[in-house]
Amino acid sequence: MNNALGNVQSVLVLGGGSDLARAIVRELGGRLRTVVLAGRDPGSMAPAVAALRATGIETVEAVEFDATAFETHDGLVAELFLRFGDFDVVLLAFGVLGDAETAARDGRAAVEIVETNFTGAVSVLVPVAQHLRSQGHGAIVVLSSVAGERVRKSNFVYGASKAGLDGFAQGLADSLHGSGVRVLIVRPGFVHTKMTQGRDAAPLSTTPEVVARAVVDGLRRGRTVVWAPAPLRYVMAALRHLPRAVFRRLPL
Amino acid sequence: MRDALEVGETRDRLLTGWGRTNPTRASVWSAPSVGEVAQRLGTLDGRGVIARGLGRSYGDAAQNAGGSVVLATALDDVLDLDLTKGELTVEAGASLDDVLRTLVPLGWFPAVVPGTRSITVGGAIASDIHGKYRHGSFCDTVSRIRLATPGAGVLTAGPDTESEVFWATAGGMGLTGVVLDATLQLQPVETSRMLVDTEHATDVDDCMARMLEGDERYRYSVAWVDCLATGRAIGRSVLTRANHATLDDVGSMTPTRARSFAPKVRVAAPPWVPPGVLNRVTVRAFNELWFRRPPRERRGELQTISQFFFPLDAVAGWNRIYGPRGFLQYQFVVPDGEEAVVRHALERLSAARCPSFLAVLKRFEHTSPGLLSFPLQGWTLALDVPAVGATLGALLDDLDRRVADAGGRVYLAKDSRLAPEMVPVMYPALDEWREMRAAVDPRAVMTSDLDRRLDLRGRTHA
Repeated sequence: MNNALGNVQSVLVLGGGSDLARAIVRELGGRLRTVVLAGRDPGSMAPAVAALRATGIETVEAVEFDATAFETHDGLVAELFLRFGDFDVVLLAFGVLGDAETAARDGRAAVEIVETNFTGAVSVLVPVAQHLRSQGHGAIVVLSSVAGERVRKSNFVYGASKAGLDGFAQGLADSLHGSGVRVLIVRPGFVHTKMTQGRDAAPLSTTPEVVARAVVDGLRRGRTVVWAPAPLRYVMAALRHLPRAVFRRLPL
Repeated sequence: MRDALEVGETRDRLLTGWGRTNPTRASVWSAPSVGEVAQRLGTLDGRGVIARGLGRSYGDAAQNAGGSVVLATALDDVLDLDLTKGELTVEAGASLDDVLRTLVPLGWFPAVVPGTRSITVGGAIASDIHGKYRHGSFCDTVSRIRLATPGAGVLTAGPDTESEVFWATAGGMGLTGVVLDATLQLQPVETSRMLVDTEHATDVDDCMARMLEGDERYRYSVAWVDCLATGRAIGRSVLTRANHATLDDVGSMTPTRARSFAPKVRVAAPPWVPPGVLNRVTVRAFNELWFRRPPRERRGELQTISQFFFPLDAVAGWNRIYGPRGFLQYQFVVPDGEEAVVRHALERLSAARCPSFLAVLKRFEHTSPGLLSFPLQGWTLALDVPAVGATLGALLDDLDRRVADAGGRVYLAKDSRLAPEMVPVMYPALDEWREMRAAVDPRAVMTSDLDRRLDLRGRTHA
């Protein structure tokens, strides 16, 4: 259970291989008793599992989860809730950036991005929300992106997949109002992680630790949206209202 | 709760405790009769059930996320009142307010009352509440209860019959079953007035010395401590102690007037208060006013029962002034000889600048036999703080360890943040309690958010 100061006891990470997710789990801190990392390759998560166990968390497990194996989602989610009991937080952290140039020209490549970032997220969050609704408490943390706030021409497939995810998460949040379950949408900017390795950092780039602190603080305060770093909120508020003709010409 | 449930109705509700933190959803059923409660316990499954009264537990003791909650407030019949022996039998949903309005004009008073009239008899038993009376807690004055259990039917228990069940239920946070009704031992009073002595203490040591020296002259004793005072004034306090006034004390009043009891709610907190209204500046100003309030010493002042016991009941919904993020109350007790822990706690809280109103310092002269009961012979300190920040969490975790090392404990009825691994240390009879609990509820039907958060059943150790 969550406590009065926002400390949680159990967390399920969908996309357990994500650097951002691990930083968030570390930041969730001292009251954790159960951490389940679900990802494509449980073997590669072994060091993360060992590190978390070393901090004294009683139950830490890695389980296999494939975001695009939609038909497995219902069963897997049911099994995890049965095996580990209540989850105070379910963190949706998987996503692919893909190659923007290829995705703009190759339909197959574009669909791969959308299937992971959007369809996969919807497919797994619907049963997750159902289980949280019946447990009467909990929070879903969705790692969205500033890229979804206004889709840019330079990576519009990725941006569109995040825009879809963000919209889905907002609607899900409203549908869960009064159920005891909350949704926190996280909109990070450019974060230095495995996913962005080798790419040029955008202005206001940040680290997983900064995002993690923003997420945990947002959970404590009962926020519905957090931006990381925080000033991005105002940058995006301005960009959102730029006329198309101007926005199109920006070197973004 | 927004609008009251009709008796017999079931509806999904978001519930919190008095501290307004951590809302969770449960299916709330307003029980129409004790018979139906007993019947329903036998049929429930899934995420279990907990009884709820007036929601004055600060944390999550009367919440059950995703499960059922039996709202007991409609079960408030007086079943028997024996005015020769001073015994009252009431259903468990009866409030202390109901009880007092019935009893005081007749010249009787419960032996133990807490700081609010808005609690139910069932809740008082489940938390084994205490008050300004130092020689016993609520369950010491209960001679018999009827308890509906999921596994053993309806049991009659008391200190003399089924005493193991009784002392597992006294302070058992409602997790052994639902109390249906209870018989309370009363004390005779001549009037509804209190004869109150007030004095100021310059710091916490002075306050404790005064309590040790003078408490035995009074039936009730409490000290209000300024947690924001610093340096040499750490723990400066106002000590108020009282006895029930006799007819002689009240002078020319008629006995009827002298026993009148008609408490009023004077003001209500606004329905919504922005966060941060209570901050260091406003709270410091309030505390300063409290301590400047003359005179520094006053003897034999006549106060009403409500003025002395229930000052906060005059402000309806006072918990809302902490704003939408809510607050928590930290209350611990340490045995005699561990006074340093009280001083340490005041120093730490003062240094952390938590905007805390007056803290309450009291003595217990007894240790309750309840397996999970809080009262322990020694000193107890309680204070309210807004539920914000990771620093507060770390500070309270530190204090928990100091309290546990001193052989003390934190009060579960107030708790909303304790770490589960502290419970077996603070409550050494936990294993015994778990056995009793399993005996009356083998299918684990009784549960609450507090139960889950603190792992009281011991699932993960089983």
